[in-house]
Amino acid sequence: MDLVETPRLYAYTGGKPFDATLPTIVFLHGGEHDHSVWILQSRYMAHHGYGVLALDLPGHMRSAGPALATIESMAEHIAAALKASGTERLILVGHSMGSLVALELGTMLGDKKVQGVVLIATAFPMHVSDALLSATKSSPTQAMEMINVWSHSASIMAFDRKPSNPGPGFSNVWSNLRLMQRIAQRNGSDVLHADFAACNAYQRGAQAVAALTCPALFILAASDSMTPTRAAQPLIDACKDATVVTLPGTGHSLMAESPDGVREALQRFAARAFERAAA
Amino acid sequence: MTVRYPGFDTLALHAGQPPDPTTGSRAVPIYATASYVFEDSDHAAALFNMERAGHVYSRISNPTVAVFEERMAALEKGVGAIATASGQAALHLAIVTLMGAGSHIVASRALYGGSHNLLGFTLARFGIDTTFVDPRDLGAWQSAIRTNTRLLFGETLGNPGLDVLDIPAVSAIAHQNGVPLLVDSTFTTPYLMTPFDHGADLVYHSATKFIGGHGVAIGGVLVDGGTFDWLASGKFLTLTQPYVGFHGMNFAEESTVAPFLLRARREGLRDFGACMSPHTAFFLLQGLETLPLRMQRHVDNTRKVVAFLADHPMIESVAYPELPSHPDHAAAQRLLPRGCGAVFSFNLKGSRNAGRAFVEALRVFSHLANVGDAKSLVIHPASTTHFRVPDHELEAAGITQGTIRLSVGLEDATDLLEDLQQALKRASKTA
Repeated sequence: MDLVETPRLYAYTGGKPFDATLPTIVFLHGGEHDHSVWILQSRYMAHHGYGVLALDLPGHMRSAGPALATIESMAEHIAAALKASGTERLILVGHSMGSLVALELGTMLGDKKVQGVVLIATAFPMHVSDALLSATKSSPTQAMEMINVWSHSASIMAFDRKPSNPGPGFSNVWSNLRLMQRIAQRNGSDVLHADFAACNAYQRGAQAVAALTCPALFILAASDSMTPTRAAQPLIDACKDATVVTLPGTGHSLMAESPDGVREALQRFAARAFERAAA
Repeated sequence: MTVRYPGFDTLALHAGQPPDPTTGSRAVPIYATASYVFEDSDHAAALFNMERAGHVYSRISNPTVAVFEERMAALEKGVGAIATASGQAALHLAIVTLMGAGSHIVASRALYGGSHNLLGFTLARFGIDTTFVDPRDLGAWQSAIRTNTRLLFGETLGNPGLDVLDIPAVSAIAHQNGVPLLVDSTFTTPYLMTPFDHGADLVYHSATKFIGGHGVAIGGVLVDGGTFDWLASGKFLTLTQPYVGFHGMNFAEESTVAPFLLRARREGLRDFGACMSPHTAFFLLQGLETLPLRMQRHVDNTRKVVAFLADHPMIESVAYPELPSHPDHAAAQRLLPRGCGAVFSFNLKGSRNAGRAFVEALRVFSHLANVGDAKSLVIHPASTTHFRVPDHELEAAGITQGTIRLSVGLEDATDLLEDLQQALKRASKTA
């Protein structure tokens, strides 16, 4: 559905019409991605009692562009849309760059509306190496290959993960590369650099997480080369109510590499968080 | 800064299969089961509604077959694959996922006879028409496209003249017209060419041939490159509009890069049912493990056989794209630097009887209707694989009554040359 018609802000609703009266899960994807990275989490939650809004961030896939230059501007854009959506109770779920957007959104919307935050493969600061950041601008095709290799568990394991995403017969590794290439083809080759520069420049992580009064769940990947687990520690330390789940053998693309692990952790957390807020 | 994926030889052995978590089995187990126990009612419903990944019924997916599919996807650099009962089933699955009655295909006329039958006769009966074009004539590809065209289709190496499909050029025409390019890559395998690197969008194989390599199992596989933007094209409503036949699912919303495969599995395998058995997948995986070693040997032996025949006085012509005399020599150098496969044709001098004497005199080469076996094979296309093709189309495809097709195997090359030598000598006495 179009959460906002002009400029278009698209949200996948999990295969069901969106019902704003339900407790809502808002999914926020990472750099050079779109809503489809959540296929094995979003559709399940939509059919298990939640409203689902899996967004395409501005300038990504179906949402009008351009890609926004800062995490704060992404959060502002989405906050306005969520305020107008009618949903009163929500959990923000962000992956990588999306986890930083979730932090900012949590601060902007306040704990009455935001009843939980789930930060997946997060880091603060989310520093991007000079070489990679430079490559995203000067040679995005090569940068996508680097990111794709580093986004999966090491070596051959990335090609033999079970279950495959979104089902038997699929390749996690090549699907991720093709998705990044599609975003570049559809939205422009500058999206990749915009996203990675926004992550690299974001300064307010510790401040934003400290301001949260709702519970936060950190889902980390034990074999993450992009955002190693230790890089999430400053956020975990600054958070008032943090739960940490570390998924073994999984790389940065953990929604694809460990779809059930992410879904189960999210499902447990969502039930507790909404219940606690209602109490 | 450079990064690398695991190499082709490693993926051929490992992709799609961790050691079995239950038994520790290093080999891929044959999961000979029709169905799978659900954990509970919620698990059952979630699997049926595509909320979770897993197996429900082996017509739709099976753990052994999935290893084969994921290994082929890894080797082809595709977003996924679907194994089918045969190569013909893979071609059928691709077409019926993309279109229905009233649609149109533009295809190379240099096709395997079975594919020609399907497109030229059988699908026409169901309202899908095909225009056949000279694969080398780029203008013919373009001018054959109509408003209802939904697919361009050719073979990486045309059958039997080994026309090298100019995939970059033909795919550019396809994409300018908002349709994908499907290629039959049976003769080349991902060892010799990965068509997605050159612009193709869908690839299929008769896995019976080089993928298996042993000639003991019939199977096919359809691989999606994830490269075609179905949404931007606007011509594929089966993928971009809700489908009442499967929970109202809009496949392009579910998956940005793989809606084709989702629909092909959830509709095509479900309703047409041309799935692969786990036993067949096991056989094909045994072959796939040695694909790089075998293909190199196939090519090495073929080069020796081609050189021998090209110099022989009984031979009128040899159609192998590595020869400068082949019309696609330049394209082959550009697209197939590792080699042009192990199936090729040549024309014998003399009468049709000479051809018959030659085939019947061969001792190492087996006279049968197959290619891509570890053993060397021979056939006379005009009276077998292409006997339903009209004469004028045979001529256009470069097939004469004297054309002989060889599939060069893995035997000692000296034995192959000696066998050809003695058979040519026998044929010369009837010429």
